[in-house]
Amino acid sequence: MALTEDRPSASAEIDIEERLHEAWAEPAGIAGFLTSVDHKRIGMRYIYTAFVFFFIGGIEALIMRTQLAGPNNHVLGPEQYDQLFTMHGITMIFLFNTPVLAGFGNYLLPLQLGTRDMAFPRLNAFSYWIFLLSGVFMYSSFLVGHAPDGGWFSYVPLTSRHFSPGVNLDFWGLGVMFVGISTTVGAVNFIVSAFKMRCPGMTVNRMPIFVWSMLAMAFMVIFAVPSVTLASALLESDRLFGTAFYSAAHGGSALLYQHLFWFWGHPEVYILFVPAMGMVSTIIPVFARRPLAGYLWVATSLIAIAFISFGVWVHHMFATGLPAMAMAFFAGVGLLIAVPSGVQFMSWIATMWRGRVRWTTPMLFCMGFAFIFLLGGITGVMVSVLPFDWQVHDSYFVVAHFHYVLNGAVVFPIFGALYYWLPKMTGRMLSERLGRLSFWTMAIGFNVSFFPMHILGFLGMPRRVYTYSSGLGWDGLNLLASIGGFLFGLGTALTLLNVVVSRFKGEPAGPNPWEADTLEWATTSPPPHYNFDRIPVVTSRHPLWDQPELAYAESGEEEATRAYGLTGALERQTPISTGLDAAPEQTMEIPRDTYLPLLVALGTAVIFLGLLAKAIAVGAVGVALAALALVRWAWRTEEDLR
Amino acid sequence: MTAATSSAAVTTGAEPGVPGAPPGAGVRLQPAQRSARGHPTAWWGMVILILTEATLFGGLLSSYFFIRAINHTWPLGGIRAPDLHRISIFTGVLLGSSIPIFWAEAAIKRGNLRRLRVGLAVSWLMGAAFFVNQVLEYRSLGFGPRTNAYGSLFYAITGLHGAHVVIGLLISLVVQLKAGLGRLSAERHLTAQVFGLYWHFVDGVWVFVFASLYLSTHLH
Amino acid sequence: MTEPRARRARAALRLAGPAAGVVVLGACSRRAPSTLDPHGSAAARINGVWWLMLALAVAVFAVVGGLLLVGAFRRPRGEGDETAGGRDGPTDTTWILAGGVIIPTVILLVLAVDTVRTTRALRAAAHAGVEHVEVVGNDWWWEVRYPREGVLTANEVHIPLGRPIEIGLTTKDVIHSFWVPQLAGKLDTIPGQRNVLRFKATRTGTYRGECLQYCGLQHANMGFLVVVQSPADFATWAADNAQPPPTPSDPLVAEGEQVFTNQPCAGCHTIRGTSATGTRGPDLTHFGSRLAIGANAVPNTAANLGAWVSNSQDVKPGNLMPPIPLSGEELRAVVAYLEGQR
Repeated sequence: MALTEDRPSASAEIDIEERLHEAWAEPAGIAGFLTSVDHKRIGMRYIYTAFVFFFIGGIEALIMRTQLAGPNNHVLGPEQYDQLFTMHGITMIFLFNTPVLAGFGNYLLPLQLGTRDMAFPRLNAFSYWIFLLSGVFMYSSFLVGHAPDGGWFSYVPLTSRHFSPGVNLDFWGLGVMFVGISTTVGAVNFIVSAFKMRCPGMTVNRMPIFVWSMLAMAFMVIFAVPSVTLASALLESDRLFGTAFYSAAHGGSALLYQHLFWFWGHPEVYILFVPAMGMVSTIIPVFARRPLAGYLWVATSLIAIAFISFGVWVHHMFATGLPAMAMAFFAGVGLLIAVPSGVQFMSWIATMWRGRVRWTTPMLFCMGFAFIFLLGGITGVMVSVLPFDWQVHDSYFVVAHFHYVLNGAVVFPIFGALYYWLPKMTGRMLSERLGRLSFWTMAIGFNVSFFPMHILGFLGMPRRVYTYSSGLGWDGLNLLASIGGFLFGLGTALTLLNVVVSRFKGEPAGPNPWEADTLEWATTSPPPHYNFDRIPVVTSRHPLWDQPELAYAESGEEEATRAYGLTGALERQTPISTGLDAAPEQTMEIPRDTYLPLLVALGTAVIFLGLLAKAIAVGAVGVALAALALVRWAWRTEEDLR
Repeated sequence: MTAATSSAAVTTGAEPGVPGAPPGAGVRLQPAQRSARGHPTAWWGMVILILTEATLFGGLLSSYFFIRAINHTWPLGGIRAPDLHRISIFTGVLLGSSIPIFWAEAAIKRGNLRRLRVGLAVSWLMGAAFFVNQVLEYRSLGFGPRTNAYGSLFYAITGLHGAHVVIGLLISLVVQLKAGLGRLSAERHLTAQVFGLYWHFVDGVWVFVFASLYLSTHLH
Repeated sequence: MTEPRARRARAALRLAGPAAGVVVLGACSRRAPSTLDPHGSAAARINGVWWLMLALAVAVFAVVGGLLLVGAFRRPRGEGDETAGGRDGPTDTTWILAGGVIIPTVILLVLAVDTVRTTRALRAAAHAGVEHVEVVGNDWWWEVRYPREGVLTANEVHIPLGRPIEIGLTTKDVIHSFWVPQLAGKLDTIPGQRNVLRFKATRTGTYRGECLQYCGLQHANMGFLVVVQSPADFATWAADNAQPPPTPSDPLVAEGEQVFTNQPCAGCHTIRGTSATGTRGPDLTHFGSRLAIGANAVPNTAANLGAWVSNSQDVKPGNLMPPIPLSGEELRAVVAYLEGQR
């Protein structure tokens, strides 16, 4: 790459390389691991950690399916089963699905936006540490033999101190508040980065569709997470301090809990689903060899889903005896949300229609997703039909439905994304053969496991039961579901094997192995720490397709433009641009590696430990640690931004 | 480790670049117009954080009205509706504490560090007075957070707000310390700006809390 | 397998699933408490909604799934690489508008109308001839009370055929959910609230019910039975159950009554006409006529009852009845006594 008007001499180029390397170097080993604020390292960490939780949650599921493979089984007693199904749900939603998508978002956003890091790199590191620590916090409950056992949604009064006197539910209540900090802070980062750090020429209607989906997701997080924070905080307050929010005897209400929980709970599933759709909308065009059809329709749909998702939460409460007309309203809005999903479906079909599909593993996962989502979306419309829900609510039909949408329609895109983007992250391709084998095993296993559950629901089988009687017609279907579950697990393990083996033996990926269109493919694989030594200038939605010679900016004399070129890269700076037009506005210095985010996170963890153990002294230590580290963190704010 | 694509410059004229620049050159950009310039990222970060905190308070106030709607009497358990006299005065004090902040922000924009410190200090005293009154009020209430759902909600809402006030007071001290050490200037006073936003939010939320918990219980 | 064959295999698999499901559905529903085998007005109404939705679902799945496959395998004229300068054509917008907005809206409108109509019908209260039952959810059993007939029993709900039924649902402790798939939709029992379930039974028989809201350790074994009888049979049952049981004449049975009232049994259970007035556990008056023990955990036989009484934790681990250590003689007596209560 030319660095000045004339080609520099070879030695000058090496000199620049060295200076770049020095400017962006991080300490080696553990110190670097604990202090890095590089969004790519943080993103990959999120993904790896989330996948660890995925496999743990998967094992929990397989143990449960073993117990349910036959009637009146004695693999697990009710206590153990109750802890397993609770932790399975918590793990998959809070510790896998949500963070893994945040991880991809973290990794990809700065690259797709054409910038050098997120708006708040230290906050980014902090959000990862909170995620890790909250997961450890919740899983430490197994170590003391008291894992949460109230179901992942922990309804009161079952989870009140009276009916659940042990410490089990405190791991849940405090854990949910804990992990919520990570999600919220991450959302702040996504929103500000997407608006203020786009490269020149990337007006809002040229943003990659994945960025749109992360923006929609982040706004949903901002407005939804406080509700679950409240639900769990008020529960913990009732449990730890004896307040009466949920106590009917003292004027409180058990339904208040459900409203607070589901006001978050429903948007949460779209918080998971929207980025997954963004991934699919990114991958299909690349392998259909044509741009996404109806980009503006799709972007609008993502936003529409974000809005509408806040108006349907009552459908989780259809069996609670609320006034029928109120529920009918929510049923209607719930039906409505199928429309924006339908729009995206048509967009994918139209994209492939005029294109010519190349069947790589990521594309296979997208097709698998499409069929699974079609079925899951259809059953979703069904359960929104109020009277029908009165029959199938809390039965295995609903278990089937939500696994179709939360497992199939979120996990399949995640696996597709893994095959698609891991080569960029590690510089090595994954094996296509293993990939296909993994996909087919997962697809078949998934359907064999979860499709029969629709029928089990019709046959009257409740969810969350540790065993069932024989002679009800449930035996064969349960056995089938268990077999399918193991097959699905095997399929996921094949991808794990693929990832491990390819790390060492995979073919070198090169910058753009898929001939894709977005800016992350304009860098090496893996990209350098600074992503772009000169910020790209885009003139289209698909820069690498429409701009054969991608343009790059040069550093200018003014404060606002100095970070765009090599000067910016050499001085660890990145540009900040205006919100709508992406015109140069300011320069931001990217913080160096620091322990502060980890320290604040540790302080926070100690606070939660203090609450769990009901030890004020411990909590106070946590507050002091977090507060001091925060002050130190904010001390140099003025110097950081110019 | 540089990007693999070549960088022969392409300028298209319509883009923020110099039309017709010689090939091999990078694109030169024009900074955004003064009028088009927005706020710093940290400011926006605080705005988003305020949105989520506002939602938290919104959820609590909604819970308050929900519990109220399902009960026949309010407040519950024979508790009297909260007295308005002192709290109205201190509402004025708290809301008024935003004024020195506006004044201080305007001052630091012109580089007047002394006025910034005075404004922050005055606002701090007003906020502290509000908080002290709240503590005293708690003692005189005659019911606790465990008494019934009304008590739980009353203490939770005013307590959460009070916690935000305390945190604001602490942040203010840090900002005042930075100002005292000369670390703020006309061009660089981001922490003061961000704190100002936060403090205005704390005051704004109080309007809703006051209206819901205090004023509305006197409407029959 | 070559690529095209692989694709077709996948397509076949995907369509085979739902098809097989429908077959299995029909086949399996005979022995199960199946929503597709309605014997009550509400369940029948909802079943009608289900068949409409299934028809629409199959159509949508077939059409959209077909479009997906065709789109994916289509090889357009020309190079097929439209990456450079590819733009939305007018057909793209048409597809998206028609397939993504208009057609779904029409389908959803149909469903919305059906939703409102069915909801209204199911919620409508009858005016005359209503049979009232009060059911109280407990961990992990159901109290069943007939205010008019003066009957108090547990885990078994008898109702007359053809008359409108109103079940008032409340809870003693946590949220439970009352569901008899073959008769009606479910309704939760919420603390501080009384919910009312309305339906009519259209065929006599014994129907299985379950608790459908996770309520703790023995949520899996909190079932109940709904016995639909002719109005005459129901009246007889109610009258019989309203009477206190006769004093036992058989010496073993009399001894059983002694054991029952002196042992911890009386502390938790009531048998009308005796000194046993405990209310923590189910009322056991006329226990001998009941079909099952322990909230439909096991059928009501002498052997099962003996096992339950001596250690119900073996049958239903974690339930709130402790093991009752009785001598062999005492156990036989109590079992004879309880089974004799018809």
